[in-house]
Amino acid sequence: MKLIVAIIRPEKLNDVLEGLYRAEVRGLTVSRVLGHGGETDAVETYRGTTVKMELHEKVRLEIGVSNPFVEVTVRAILESACTGEVGDGKIFVVPVESVYRIRTKEKDEAAVTPALN
Amino acid sequence: MVSSVISSAALLAAALQEAAPAAAAAPPPPEIVGADTAWILVSTALVLLMTPGVAFFYGGLVRAKNALNTLMMCFAAFGVCGVAWALLGYSLAFGTGGAYIGDFSFAFLSNVGVDAKGTIPHVLFMAFQASFAVVTATLIAGAIVDRMRFGPYLAFIALWTLFVYAPIAHWVWGGGWLSKLGVLDFAGGTVVHINAGVAATVAALVVGRRKDFGRQAMLPHNVPFALLGAALLYFGWFGFNAGSALTAGGGAAQAFATTMLAPMAALTIWIVLDFTRTRRATAVGAATAIVVGLVVITPAAGFVSPQSALAMGALGAIPSYYAILWRSRTRLDDSLDVLAGHGVGGITGAILTGVFADAAWGGTSGLLHGNAGQVLKQATGVVATIAYSAIMSFVLLKAIAMVSALAADAKAQGRGMDITQHGEEAYTNGEGALLVLEDREAEPLVRPAAVAPAGGVA
Repeated sequence: MKLIVAIIRPEKLNDVLEGLYRAEVRGLTVSRVLGHGGETDAVETYRGTTVKMELHEKVRLEIGVSNPFVEVTVRAILESACTGEVGDGKIFVVPVESVYRIRTKEKDEAAVTPALN
Repeated sequence: MVSSVISSAALLAAALQEAAPAAAAAPPPPEIVGADTAWILVSTALVLLMTPGVAFFYGGLVRAKNALNTLMMCFAAFGVCGVAWALLGYSLAFGTGGAYIGDFSFAFLSNVGVDAKGTIPHVLFMAFQASFAVVTATLIAGAIVDRMRFGPYLAFIALWTLFVYAPIAHWVWGGGWLSKLGVLDFAGGTVVHINAGVAATVAALVVGRRKDFGRQAMLPHNVPFALLGAALLYFGWFGFNAGSALTAGGGAAQAFATTMLAPMAALTIWIVLDFTRTRRATAVGAATAIVVGLVVITPAAGFVSPQSALAMGALGAIPSYYAILWRSRTRLDDSLDVLAGHGVGGITGAILTGVFADAAWGGTSGLLHGNAGQVLKQATGVVATIAYSAIMSFVLLKAIAMVSALAADAKAQGRGMDITQHGEEAYTNGEGALLVLEDREAEPLVRPAAVAPAGGVA
Protein backbone atom coordinates (compact mmCIF):
# COMPACT_ATOMS: atom_id res chain seq x y z
CA MET A 1 0.00 0.00 0.00
CA LYS A 2 1.05 3.54 -0.67
CA LEU A 3 -0.17 6.95 0.32
CA ILE A 4 -0.22 9.23 -2.69
CA VAL A 5 0.07 12.90 -1.79
CA ALA A 6 -0.46 15.29 -4.67
CA ILE A 7 -0.17 19.09 -4.60
CA ILE A 8 -2.09 20.64 -7.51
CA ARG A 9 -3.53 23.93 -8.72
CA PRO A 10 -6.94 24.71 -7.23
CA GLU A 11 -8.38 25.44 -10.67
CA LYS A 12 -7.33 21.95 -11.79
CA LEU A 13 -9.08 20.15 -8.93
CA ASN A 14 -12.18 19.46 -10.93
CA ASP A 15 -10.21 17.98 -13.81
CA VAL A 16 -8.21 15.81 -11.40
CA LEU A 17 -11.33 14.52 -9.65
CA GLU A 18 -12.76 13.67 -13.05
CA GLY A 19 -9.52 11.90 -14.06
CA LEU A 20 -9.45 9.89 -10.85
CA TYR A 21 -13.09 8.95 -11.26
CA ARG A 22 -12.38 7.66 -14.76
CA ALA A 23 -9.42 5.69 -13.39
CA GLU A 24 -11.83 4.18 -10.86
CA VAL A 25 -9.94 5.56 -7.92
CA ARG A 26 -12.42 6.22 -5.13
CA GLY A 27 -11.83 7.62 -1.68
CA LEU A 28 -9.61 10.62 -1.14
CA THR A 29 -9.02 13.57 1.16
CA VAL A 30 -8.72 17.12 -0.17
CA SER A 31 -7.34 20.11 1.70
CA ARG A 32 -6.58 23.69 0.77
CA VAL A 33 -2.97 24.60 1.42
CA LEU A 34 -0.56 27.43 0.70
CA GLY A 35 2.71 26.75 -1.02
CA HIS A 36 5.37 27.91 -3.40
CA GLY A 37 6.91 26.08 -6.29
CA GLY A 38 9.04 28.66 -8.04
CA GLU A 39 6.28 30.17 -10.17
CA THR A 40 6.11 33.90 -10.85
CA ASP A 41 4.81 35.81 -7.89
CA ALA A 42 1.48 37.54 -8.31
CA VAL A 43 1.78 41.26 -7.59
CA GLU A 44 -1.15 42.83 -5.79
CA THR A 45 -1.76 46.39 -4.71
CA TYR A 46 -3.78 47.56 -1.74
CA ARG A 47 -4.08 51.34 -1.41
CA GLY A 48 -0.58 52.08 -2.64
CA THR A 49 0.98 49.14 -0.84
CA THR A 50 2.39 46.74 -3.38
CA VAL A 51 2.95 43.17 -2.29
CA LYS A 52 4.25 40.03 -3.91
CA MET A 53 2.22 37.00 -3.06
CA GLU A 54 4.94 34.44 -2.31
CA LEU A 55 2.53 31.73 -1.27
CA HIS A 56 0.01 30.47 -3.75
CA GLU A 57 -3.21 28.64 -3.04
CA LYS A 58 -2.81 24.97 -3.77
CA VAL A 59 -4.88 21.88 -3.17
CA ARG A 60 -3.46 18.77 -1.53
CA LEU A 61 -4.93 15.37 -2.31
CA GLU A 62 -4.23 12.35 -0.12
CA ILE A 63 -5.16 8.97 -1.52
CA GLY A 64 -4.44 5.60 0.10
CA VAL A 65 -4.17 2.91 -2.61
CA SER A 66 -3.23 -0.73 -2.93
CA ASN A 67 -0.07 -1.48 -4.91
CA PRO A 68 -1.74 -2.30 -8.28
CA PHE A 69 -3.46 1.10 -8.16
CA VAL A 70 -0.36 3.23 -7.55
CA GLU A 71 0.63 3.57 -11.21
CA VAL A 72 -2.95 4.15 -12.35
CA THR A 73 -3.55 6.86 -9.78
CA VAL A 74 -0.29 8.68 -10.45
CA ARG A 75 -0.86 8.65 -14.19
CA ALA A 76 -4.40 9.97 -13.80
CA ILE A 77 -3.13 12.92 -11.75
CA LEU A 78 -0.17 13.60 -14.05
CA GLU A 79 -2.47 13.81 -17.06
CA SER A 80 -5.26 15.83 -15.52
CA ALA A 81 -3.33 18.34 -13.40
CA CYS A 82 -0.87 19.46 -16.05
CA THR A 83 -0.94 22.91 -17.68
CA GLY A 84 2.73 22.86 -18.69
CA GLU A 85 3.64 25.93 -16.68
CA VAL A 86 5.68 26.32 -13.52
CA GLY A 87 3.51 25.74 -10.47
CA ASP A 88 1.60 22.66 -11.64
CA GLY A 89 2.58 20.82 -8.46
CA LYS A 90 4.11 17.54 -7.31
CA ILE A 91 3.11 13.98 -6.53
CA PHE A 92 4.68 12.06 -3.65
CA VAL A 93 4.29 8.31 -3.28
CA VAL A 94 4.84 7.37 0.36
CA PRO A 95 5.01 3.83 1.79
CA VAL A 96 2.31 2.98 4.30
CA GLU A 97 2.76 0.54 7.15
CA SER A 98 -0.86 -0.34 7.65
CA VAL A 99 -4.36 0.93 6.96
CA TYR A 100 -7.55 0.33 8.94
CA ARG A 101 -11.12 1.02 7.99
CA ILE A 102 -12.81 2.30 11.12
CA ARG A 103 -16.33 1.15 10.31
CA THR A 104 -15.55 -2.54 9.69
CA LYS A 105 -12.14 -2.86 11.40
CA GLU A 106 -10.81 -4.25 8.08
CA LYS A 107 -7.06 -4.00 7.63
CA ASP A 108 -4.65 -3.13 4.78
CA GLU A 109 -5.72 -4.20 1.25
CA ALA A 110 -9.33 -4.77 2.34
CA ALA A 111 -9.40 -1.36 3.97
CA VAL A 112 -8.44 0.54 0.79
CA THR A 113 -10.74 -1.43 -1.50
CA PRO A 114 -13.87 0.62 -2.24
CA ALA A 115 -16.77 -0.40 -0.04
CA LEU A 116 -19.77 -1.79 -1.87
CA ASN A 117 -22.99 -0.45 -0.55
CA MET B 1 -44.23 58.89 -17.76
CA VAL B 2 -42.92 62.37 -17.25
CA SER B 3 -45.64 64.09 -19.25
CA SER B 4 -48.48 62.11 -17.70
CA VAL B 5 -47.15 62.61 -14.21
CA ILE B 6 -46.70 66.30 -14.74
CA SER B 7 -50.25 66.57 -16.01
CA SER B 8 -51.58 64.64 -13.01
CA ALA B 9 -49.52 66.88 -10.76
CA ALA B 10 -51.14 69.88 -12.43
CA LEU B 11 -54.61 68.36 -11.85
CA LEU B 12 -53.70 67.78 -8.23
CA ALA B 13 -52.51 71.34 -7.88
CA ALA B 14 -55.76 72.57 -9.43
CA ALA B 15 -57.82 70.43 -7.06
CA LEU B 16 -55.91 71.77 -4.08
CA GLN B 17 -56.56 75.29 -5.21
CA GLU B 18 -60.28 74.70 -5.44
CA ALA B 19 -60.21 73.50 -1.85
CA ALA B 20 -58.36 76.61 -0.74
CA PRO B 21 -60.46 79.67 -1.56
CA ALA B 22 -57.59 82.10 -0.94
CA ALA B 23 -55.60 80.73 -3.88
CA ALA B 24 -55.78 82.28 -7.32
CA ALA B 25 -58.21 80.65 -9.76
CA ALA B 26 -55.73 80.17 -12.64
CA PRO B 27 -52.98 77.55 -12.29
CA PRO B 28 -49.72 79.34 -11.51
CA PRO B 29 -46.74 79.20 -13.86
CA PRO B 30 -44.36 76.34 -13.06
CA GLU B 31 -42.55 76.99 -9.87
CA ILE B 32 -40.43 74.90 -7.53
CA VAL B 33 -42.31 73.19 -4.71
CA GLY B 34 -40.26 72.57 -1.57
CA ALA B 35 -41.95 69.31 -0.60
CA ASP B 36 -41.51 67.82 -4.07
CA THR B 37 -37.88 68.90 -4.18
CA ALA B 38 -37.20 67.36 -0.76
CA TRP B 39 -38.72 64.03 -1.80
CA ILE B 40 -36.83 63.82 -5.09
CA LEU B 41 -33.58 64.70 -3.30
CA VAL B 42 -34.17 61.74 -1.00
CA SER B 43 -35.29 59.53 -3.90
CA THR B 44 -32.15 60.27 -5.88
CA ALA B 45 -30.00 59.14 -2.97
CA LEU B 46 -32.19 56.02 -2.59
CA VAL B 47 -31.77 55.08 -6.26
CA LEU B 48 -28.00 55.62 -5.99
CA LEU B 49 -28.01 52.99 -3.23
CA MET B 50 -29.42 50.46 -5.70
CA THR B 51 -26.08 50.23 -7.51
CA PRO B 52 -24.29 48.82 -4.43
CA GLY B 53 -27.45 46.75 -3.97
CA VAL B 54 -26.96 45.15 -7.38
CA ALA B 55 -23.23 44.81 -6.61
CA PHE B 56 -23.83 42.77 -3.45
CA PHE B 57 -26.70 40.81 -4.98
CA TYR B 58 -24.46 39.74 -7.87
CA GLY B 59 -21.27 39.63 -5.78
CA GLY B 60 -22.74 37.06 -3.41
CA LEU B 61 -23.86 34.83 -6.26
CA VAL B 62 -20.45 34.41 -7.93
CA ARG B 63 -17.48 32.31 -6.83
CA ALA B 64 -15.07 33.74 -4.24
CA LYS B 65 -12.28 34.26 -6.77
CA ASN B 66 -14.51 36.62 -8.80
CA ALA B 67 -16.19 38.52 -5.97
CA LEU B 68 -14.30 41.80 -6.28
CA ASN B 69 -14.52 41.82 -10.06
CA THR B 70 -18.29 41.47 -9.86
CA LEU B 71 -18.60 44.23 -7.26
CA MET B 72 -16.32 46.44 -9.35
CA MET B 73 -18.40 45.90 -12.49
CA CYS B 74 -21.24 47.58 -10.63
CA PHE B 75 -19.34 50.26 -8.73
CA ALA B 76 -17.39 51.30 -11.84
CA ALA B 77 -20.69 52.25 -13.50
CA PHE B 78 -20.86 55.17 -11.05
CA GLY B 79 -17.76 56.38 -12.85
CA VAL B 80 -18.07 55.76 -16.56
CA CYS B 81 -21.85 55.69 -16.94
CA GLY B 82 -22.33 58.65 -14.60
CA VAL B 83 -19.84 60.74 -16.58
CA ALA B 84 -21.28 59.61 -19.93
CA TRP B 85 -24.71 60.63 -18.68
CA ALA B 86 -23.59 64.06 -17.53
CA LEU B 87 -21.61 64.81 -20.69
CA LEU B 88 -24.09 63.65 -23.34
CA GLY B 89 -26.57 61.02 -22.16
CA TYR B 90 -28.94 63.38 -20.39
CA SER B 91 -29.15 65.63 -23.40
CA LEU B 92 -29.75 62.72 -25.80
CA ALA B 93 -32.53 61.44 -23.56
CA PHE B 94 -34.23 64.62 -22.38
CA GLY B 95 -33.29 67.26 -24.94
CA THR B 96 -36.36 68.19 -27.00
CA GLY B 97 -35.10 66.57 -30.21
CA GLY B 98 -37.45 64.41 -32.29
CA ALA B 99 -39.42 61.20 -31.93
CA TYR B 100 -36.39 58.92 -31.59
CA ILE B 101 -33.62 60.84 -29.85
CA GLY B 102 -33.04 64.10 -28.00
CA ASP B 103 -30.58 66.77 -29.05
CA PHE B 104 -27.45 68.48 -27.77
CA SER B 105 -29.22 71.37 -26.01
CA PHE B 106 -28.20 70.06 -22.57
CA ALA B 107 -24.82 68.65 -23.65
CA PHE B 108 -22.14 69.03 -20.95
CA LEU B 109 -25.04 70.02 -18.68
CA SER B 110 -25.33 73.44 -20.28
CA ASN B 111 -28.72 75.08 -19.63
CA VAL B 112 -29.34 72.72 -16.70
CA GLY B 113 -29.81 75.03 -13.77
CA VAL B 114 -32.00 75.48 -10.72
CA ASP B 115 -34.94 76.68 -12.81
CA ALA B 116 -38.16 74.68 -12.49
CA LYS B 117 -38.70 71.48 -14.42
CA GLY B 118 -42.18 70.45 -13.33
CA THR B 119 -42.11 71.39 -9.68
CA ILE B 120 -38.46 70.50 -8.97
CA PRO B 121 -35.17 72.13 -9.98
CA HIS B 122 -33.97 71.04 -13.41
CA VAL B 123 -30.55 70.07 -12.05
CA LEU B 124 -32.24 67.73 -9.56
CA PHE B 125 -34.25 66.08 -12.33
CA MET B 126 -30.97 65.50 -14.18
CA ALA B 127 -29.39 63.93 -11.07
CA PHE B 128 -32.43 61.72 -10.46
CA GLN B 129 -32.27 60.45 -14.04
CA ALA B 130 -28.50 59.93 -13.75
CA SER B 131 -29.02 57.53 -10.86
CA PHE B 132 -31.34 55.50 -13.16
CA ALA B 133 -28.81 55.40 -15.99
CA VAL B 134 -26.09 54.10 -13.67
CA VAL B 135 -28.12 51.30 -12.09
CA THR B 136 -29.50 50.16 -15.46
CA ALA B 137 -26.01 49.58 -16.85
CA THR B 138 -24.94 47.58 -13.78
CA LEU B 139 -27.77 45.10 -14.34
CA ILE B 140 -26.02 43.89 -17.51
CA ALA B 141 -22.99 42.73 -15.51
CA GLY B 142 -24.91 39.73 -14.17
CA ALA B 143 -24.83 38.00 -17.55
CA ILE B 144 -21.09 38.29 -18.18
CA VAL B 145 -19.53 37.89 -14.72
CA ASP B 146 -16.56 35.56 -14.20
CA ARG B 147 -15.18 36.13 -17.70
CA MET B 148 -15.53 39.53 -19.40
CA ARG B 149 -12.34 41.60 -19.34
CA PHE B 150 -12.70 44.78 -17.33
CA GLY B 151 -11.55 47.31 -19.94
CA PRO B 152 -13.91 46.20 -22.72
CA TYR B 153 -16.68 45.97 -20.12
CA LEU B 154 -16.19 49.61 -19.13
CA ALA B 155 -16.17 50.67 -22.77
CA PHE B 156 -19.36 48.71 -23.39
CA ILE B 157 -21.44 50.09 -20.53
CA ALA B 158 -20.34 53.68 -21.22
CA LEU B 159 -21.25 53.43 -24.92
CA TRP B 160 -24.40 51.49 -24.08
CA THR B 161 -25.59 54.30 -21.80
CA LEU B 162 -25.25 56.77 -24.69
CA PHE B 163 -26.42 54.69 -27.66
CA VAL B 164 -29.00 52.35 -26.15
CA TYR B 165 -30.25 53.64 -22.81
CA ALA B 166 -30.50 57.34 -23.70
CA PRO B 167 -32.56 56.87 -26.91
CA ILE B 168 -35.01 54.45 -25.28
CA ALA B 169 -35.35 56.80 -22.28
CA HIS B 170 -36.18 59.51 -24.84
CA TRP B 171 -38.84 57.34 -26.51
CA VAL B 172 -40.64 56.74 -23.23
CA TRP B 173 -39.90 59.70 -20.96
CA GLY B 174 -38.34 62.40 -23.14
CA GLY B 175 -41.39 63.00 -25.32
CA GLY B 176 -40.47 60.41 -27.96
CA TRP B 177 -42.69 58.16 -30.04
CA LEU B 178 -43.62 55.60 -27.37
CA SER B 179 -44.89 58.28 -24.99
CA LYS B 180 -46.90 59.84 -27.85
CA LEU B 181 -48.32 56.40 -28.60
CA GLY B 182 -49.56 56.23 -25.01
CA VAL B 183 -47.36 53.40 -23.71
CA LEU B 184 -47.49 53.29 -19.93
CA ASP B 185 -44.11 52.94 -18.23
CA PHE B 186 -44.17 54.60 -14.84
CA ALA B 187 -40.61 54.06 -13.60
CA GLY B 188 -38.79 52.10 -16.29
CA GLY B 189 -40.10 48.60 -16.98
CA THR B 190 -39.14 48.91 -20.64
CA VAL B 191 -36.39 51.54 -20.43
CA VAL B 192 -34.55 49.90 -17.55
CA HIS B 193 -35.49 46.26 -17.15
CA ILE B 194 -36.42 44.89 -20.56
CA ASN B 195 -33.62 46.95 -22.04
CA ALA B 196 -30.98 45.67 -19.58
CA GLY B 197 -32.30 42.10 -19.71
CA VAL B 198 -32.05 41.95 -23.49
CA ALA B 199 -28.63 43.64 -23.61
CA ALA B 200 -27.40 41.19 -20.97
CA THR B 201 -28.55 38.20 -23.01
CA VAL B 202 -26.85 39.53 -26.12
CA ALA B 203 -23.68 40.18 -24.10
CA ALA B 204 -23.71 36.62 -22.72
CA LEU B 205 -23.96 35.28 -26.28
CA VAL B 206 -21.31 37.55 -27.79
CA VAL B 207 -18.78 37.32 -24.94
CA GLY B 208 -19.25 33.56 -24.77
CA ARG B 209 -19.61 30.98 -22.04
CA ARG B 210 -17.42 30.69 -18.97
CA LYS B 211 -14.60 28.16 -18.84
CA ASP B 212 -16.03 24.91 -17.45
CA PHE B 213 -19.64 26.06 -17.97
CA GLY B 214 -21.84 22.98 -17.98
CA ARG B 215 -19.03 20.77 -16.63
CA GLN B 216 -18.54 22.19 -13.21
CA ALA B 217 -21.00 23.45 -10.64
CA MET B 218 -20.49 27.17 -10.02
CA LEU B 219 -22.04 27.93 -6.69
CA PRO B 220 -22.74 31.24 -4.92
CA HIS B 221 -19.91 32.01 -2.50
CA ASN B 222 -21.90 34.20 -0.13
CA VAL B 223 -25.69 33.86 -0.09
CA PRO B 224 -26.04 36.35 2.80
CA PHE B 225 -24.51 38.97 0.45
CA ALA B 226 -27.20 38.17 -2.11
CA LEU B 227 -29.92 38.69 0.49
CA LEU B 228 -28.26 41.90 1.69
CA GLY B 229 -28.16 43.11 -1.91
CA ALA B 230 -31.85 42.28 -2.39
CA ALA B 231 -32.66 44.24 0.77
CA LEU B 232 -30.71 47.28 -0.46
CA LEU B 233 -32.53 47.02 -3.79
CA TYR B 234 -35.93 46.85 -2.10
CA PHE B 235 -35.04 49.93 -0.02
CA GLY B 236 -33.63 51.88 -2.96
CA TRP B 237 -36.56 50.95 -5.20
CA PHE B 238 -38.86 53.19 -3.16
CA GLY B 239 -36.88 56.08 -4.59
CA PHE B 240 -36.96 54.51 -8.03
CA ASN B 241 -40.74 54.06 -8.16
CA ALA B 242 -42.21 56.49 -5.64
CA GLY B 243 -39.66 59.09 -6.74
CA SER B 244 -40.83 58.67 -10.34
CA ALA B 245 -44.05 60.42 -9.33
CA LEU B 246 -41.77 63.51 -9.31
CA THR B 247 -44.04 65.00 -6.64
CA ALA B 248 -44.46 64.32 -2.94
CA GLY B 249 -48.24 63.87 -3.11
CA GLY B 250 -50.70 61.02 -3.44
CA GLY B 251 -49.03 59.67 -6.57
CA ALA B 252 -45.81 59.02 -4.65
CA ALA B 253 -47.72 57.39 -1.80
CA GLN B 254 -49.55 55.14 -4.26
CA ALA B 255 -46.30 54.14 -5.98
CA PHE B 256 -44.72 53.50 -2.58
CA ALA B 257 -47.54 51.16 -1.54
CA THR B 258 -47.61 49.25 -4.83
CA THR B 259 -43.81 48.92 -4.74
CA MET B 260 -44.01 47.53 -1.24
CA LEU B 261 -46.80 45.06 -1.96
CA ALA B 262 -45.75 43.48 -5.27
CA PRO B 263 -42.49 41.92 -3.98
CA MET B 264 -44.38 40.61 -0.95
CA ALA B 265 -46.77 38.75 -3.22
CA ALA B 266 -43.95 37.62 -5.52
CA LEU B 267 -41.97 36.26 -2.57
CA THR B 268 -44.97 34.36 -1.25
CA ILE B 269 -45.68 32.74 -4.62
CA TRP B 270 -41.98 31.97 -5.12
CA ILE B 271 -41.85 30.15 -1.77
CA VAL B 272 -44.95 28.17 -2.73
CA LEU B 273 -43.42 27.23 -6.10
CA ASP B 274 -40.14 26.24 -4.41
CA PHE B 275 -42.01 24.16 -1.83
CA THR B 276 -44.12 22.31 -4.35
CA ARG B 277 -41.13 21.62 -6.63
CA THR B 278 -38.40 20.63 -4.15
CA ARG B 279 -40.08 20.74 -0.71
CA ARG B 280 -37.60 23.44 0.32
CA ALA B 281 -37.75 27.23 0.10
CA THR B 282 -34.36 28.58 -0.90
CA ALA B 283 -32.70 31.81 0.21
CA VAL B 284 -31.28 32.54 -3.25
CA GLY B 285 -34.83 32.08 -4.51
CA ALA B 286 -36.17 34.56 -1.94
CA ALA B 287 -33.60 37.18 -2.96
CA THR B 288 -34.50 36.63 -6.62
CA ALA B 289 -38.24 36.77 -5.90
CA ILE B 290 -37.96 40.18 -4.23
CA VAL B 291 -36.12 41.58 -7.25
CA VAL B 292 -38.62 40.03 -9.69
CA GLY B 293 -41.55 41.49 -7.75
CA LEU B 294 -39.93 44.93 -7.89
CA VAL B 295 -39.22 44.62 -11.61
CA VAL B 296 -42.82 43.60 -12.37
CA ILE B 297 -44.40 46.53 -10.53
CA THR B 298 -41.95 49.14 -11.89
CA PRO B 299 -43.90 50.08 -15.07
CA ALA B 300 -47.20 50.04 -13.18
CA ALA B 301 -46.37 51.58 -9.81
CA GLY B 302 -48.27 54.83 -10.34
CA PHE B 303 -51.05 53.43 -12.55
CA VAL B 304 -52.57 50.55 -10.57
CA SER B 305 -54.33 50.05 -7.26
CA PRO B 306 -52.55 48.42 -4.31
CA GLN B 307 -54.78 45.35 -4.76
CA SER B 308 -53.69 45.07 -8.39
CA ALA B 309 -50.06 45.38 -7.24
CA LEU B 310 -50.51 42.26 -5.13
CA ALA B 311 -51.98 40.44 -8.12
CA MET B 312 -49.19 41.65 -10.42
CA GLY B 313 -46.48 40.54 -8.00
CA ALA B 314 -48.06 37.11 -7.61
CA LEU B 315 -48.62 36.57 -11.35
CA GLY B 316 -45.28 38.11 -12.26
CA ALA B 317 -43.29 35.62 -10.16
CA ILE B 318 -44.42 32.65 -12.25
CA PRO B 319 -42.85 33.34 -15.69
CA SER B 320 -39.51 34.35 -14.14
CA TYR B 321 -39.47 31.28 -11.88
CA TYR B 322 -39.85 28.93 -14.83
CA ALA B 323 -37.54 31.00 -17.04
CA ILE B 324 -34.73 30.38 -14.54
CA LEU B 325 -35.42 26.63 -14.54
CA TRP B 326 -35.49 26.64 -18.34
CA ARG B 327 -32.30 28.70 -18.72
CA SER B 328 -30.24 26.42 -16.50
CA ARG B 329 -31.02 23.53 -18.85
CA THR B 330 -29.81 25.43 -21.93
CA ARG B 331 -26.31 26.31 -23.12
CA LEU B 332 -27.00 30.03 -22.56
CA ASP B 333 -24.55 31.22 -19.90
CA ASP B 334 -26.58 34.18 -18.63
CA SER B 335 -24.71 33.56 -15.39
CA LEU B 336 -26.96 35.30 -12.87
CA ASP B 337 -30.23 35.11 -14.85
CA VAL B 338 -30.59 38.73 -15.88
CA LEU B 339 -32.87 37.61 -18.73
CA ALA B 340 -35.20 35.68 -16.43
CA GLY B 341 -35.23 38.32 -13.69
CA HIS B 342 -35.20 41.61 -15.56
CA GLY B 343 -36.05 40.66 -19.15
CA VAL B 344 -38.92 38.26 -18.49
CA GLY B 345 -39.98 40.15 -15.33
CA GLY B 346 -39.96 43.42 -17.25
CA ILE B 347 -42.02 42.01 -20.12
CA THR B 348 -44.54 40.47 -17.71
CA GLY B 349 -44.79 43.79 -15.87
CA ALA B 350 -45.20 45.84 -19.03
CA ILE B 351 -48.01 43.62 -20.33
CA LEU B 352 -49.73 43.35 -16.94
CA THR B 353 -49.62 47.14 -16.69
CA GLY B 354 -51.84 47.18 -19.78
CA VAL B 355 -54.17 44.77 -18.00
CA PHE B 356 -54.41 46.29 -14.52
CA ALA B 357 -53.98 50.03 -15.21
CA ASP B 358 -56.87 52.05 -13.80
CA ALA B 359 -57.59 55.67 -14.71
CA ALA B 360 -58.94 56.19 -11.20
CA TRP B 361 -55.38 55.54 -9.95
CA GLY B 362 -53.63 57.69 -12.57
CA GLY B 363 -52.76 57.29 -16.23
CA THR B 364 -55.17 55.48 -18.54
CA SER B 365 -57.29 52.40 -18.01
CA GLY B 366 -56.21 48.96 -19.11
CA LEU B 367 -57.91 45.72 -20.14
CA LEU B 368 -59.70 45.10 -16.84
CA HIS B 369 -61.18 48.59 -16.91
CA GLY B 370 -62.48 48.43 -20.45
CA ASN B 371 -59.49 49.46 -22.57
CA ALA B 372 -58.17 46.31 -24.23
CA GLY B 373 -56.17 48.36 -26.71
CA GLN B 374 -53.72 49.34 -23.96
CA VAL B 375 -52.30 45.80 -23.92
CA LEU B 376 -51.43 46.15 -27.60
CA LYS B 377 -49.73 49.49 -26.96
CA GLN B 378 -47.73 47.92 -24.13
CA ALA B 379 -46.72 45.06 -26.43
CA THR B 380 -45.54 47.60 -29.02
CA GLY B 381 -43.29 49.18 -26.41
CA VAL B 382 -41.93 45.76 -25.44
CA VAL B 383 -41.17 44.66 -29.00
CA ALA B 384 -39.57 47.98 -29.96
CA THR B 385 -37.34 47.93 -26.88
CA ILE B 386 -36.28 44.32 -27.41
CA ALA B 387 -35.44 44.90 -31.06
CA TYR B 388 -33.50 48.13 -30.59
CA SER B 389 -31.64 46.98 -27.48
CA ALA B 390 -30.66 43.63 -29.01
CA ILE B 391 -29.40 45.06 -32.30
CA MET B 392 -27.52 48.01 -30.82
CA SER B 393 -25.96 45.99 -27.98
CA PHE B 394 -24.76 43.46 -30.53
CA VAL B 395 -23.24 46.15 -32.74
CA LEU B 396 -21.48 47.86 -29.81
CA LEU B 397 -20.00 44.59 -28.53
CA LYS B 398 -18.79 43.55 -31.97
CA ALA B 399 -17.23 46.98 -32.48
CA ILE B 400 -15.35 46.71 -29.17
CA ALA B 401 -14.30 43.15 -30.02
CA MET B 402 -12.54 44.47 -33.12
CA VAL B 403 -10.24 46.50 -30.87
CA SER B 404 -9.81 44.15 -27.92
CA ALA B 405 -10.79 40.62 -26.84
CA LEU B 406 -13.99 40.61 -24.78
CA ALA B 407 -13.41 37.49 -22.70
CA ALA B 408 -10.45 36.65 -20.49
CA ASP B 409 -8.57 33.51 -21.57
CA ALA B 410 -9.17 30.20 -19.81
CA LYS B 411 -6.05 30.53 -17.67
CA ALA B 412 -7.03 33.96 -16.37
CA GLN B 413 -10.55 32.72 -15.67
CA GLY B 414 -9.06 29.75 -13.82
CA ARG B 415 -6.96 31.93 -11.54
CA GLY B 416 -9.92 34.19 -10.98
CA MET B 417 -10.88 37.62 -12.27
CA ASP B 418 -10.00 39.35 -8.99
CA ILE B 419 -6.28 38.61 -9.34
CA THR B 420 -6.05 38.84 -13.12
CA GLN B 421 -8.19 41.97 -13.66
CA HIS B 422 -7.64 43.92 -10.46
CA GLY B 423 -4.52 42.54 -8.75
CA GLU B 424 -6.47 42.14 -5.52
CA GLU B 425 -8.29 39.38 -3.73
CA ALA B 426 -11.55 39.63 -1.84
CA TYR B 427 -10.56 37.20 0.87
CA THR B 428 -6.84 37.15 1.50
CA ASN B 429 -5.14 36.53 4.83
CA GLY B 430 -1.86 38.08 3.78
CA GLU B 431 0.16 34.94 4.44
CA GLY B 432 3.24 34.87 2.25
CA ALA B 433 2.79 38.49 1.12
CA LEU B 434 6.10 40.31 0.80
CA LEU B 435 6.13 44.08 0.93
CA VAL B 436 7.60 45.61 -2.22
CA LEU B 437 9.41 48.83 -1.28
CA GLU B 438 10.01 51.35 -4.03
CA ASP B 439 13.57 52.37 -3.02
CA ARG B 440 14.71 48.79 -2.66
CA GLU B 441 13.45 47.73 -6.05
CA ALA B 442 17.00 47.50 -7.43
CA GLU B 443 18.06 44.96 -4.80
CA PRO B 444 17.07 41.35 -5.36
CA LEU B 445 14.35 40.28 -2.98
CA VAL B 446 15.67 37.92 -0.35
CA ARG B 447 13.28 35.08 0.00
CA PRO B 448 12.83 33.89 3.60
CA ALA B 449 14.22 30.38 3.94
CA ALA B 450 11.14 29.21 5.79
CA VAL B 451 8.90 30.12 2.88
CA ALA B 452 10.66 28.30 0.07
CA PRO B 453 13.47 25.99 1.04
CA ALA B 454 15.64 24.58 -1.69
CA GLY B 455 13.66 21.92 -3.49
CA GLY B 456 10.45 23.38 -2.11
CA VAL B 457 7.26 21.47 -2.22
CA ALA B 458 4.77 22.47 -4.83
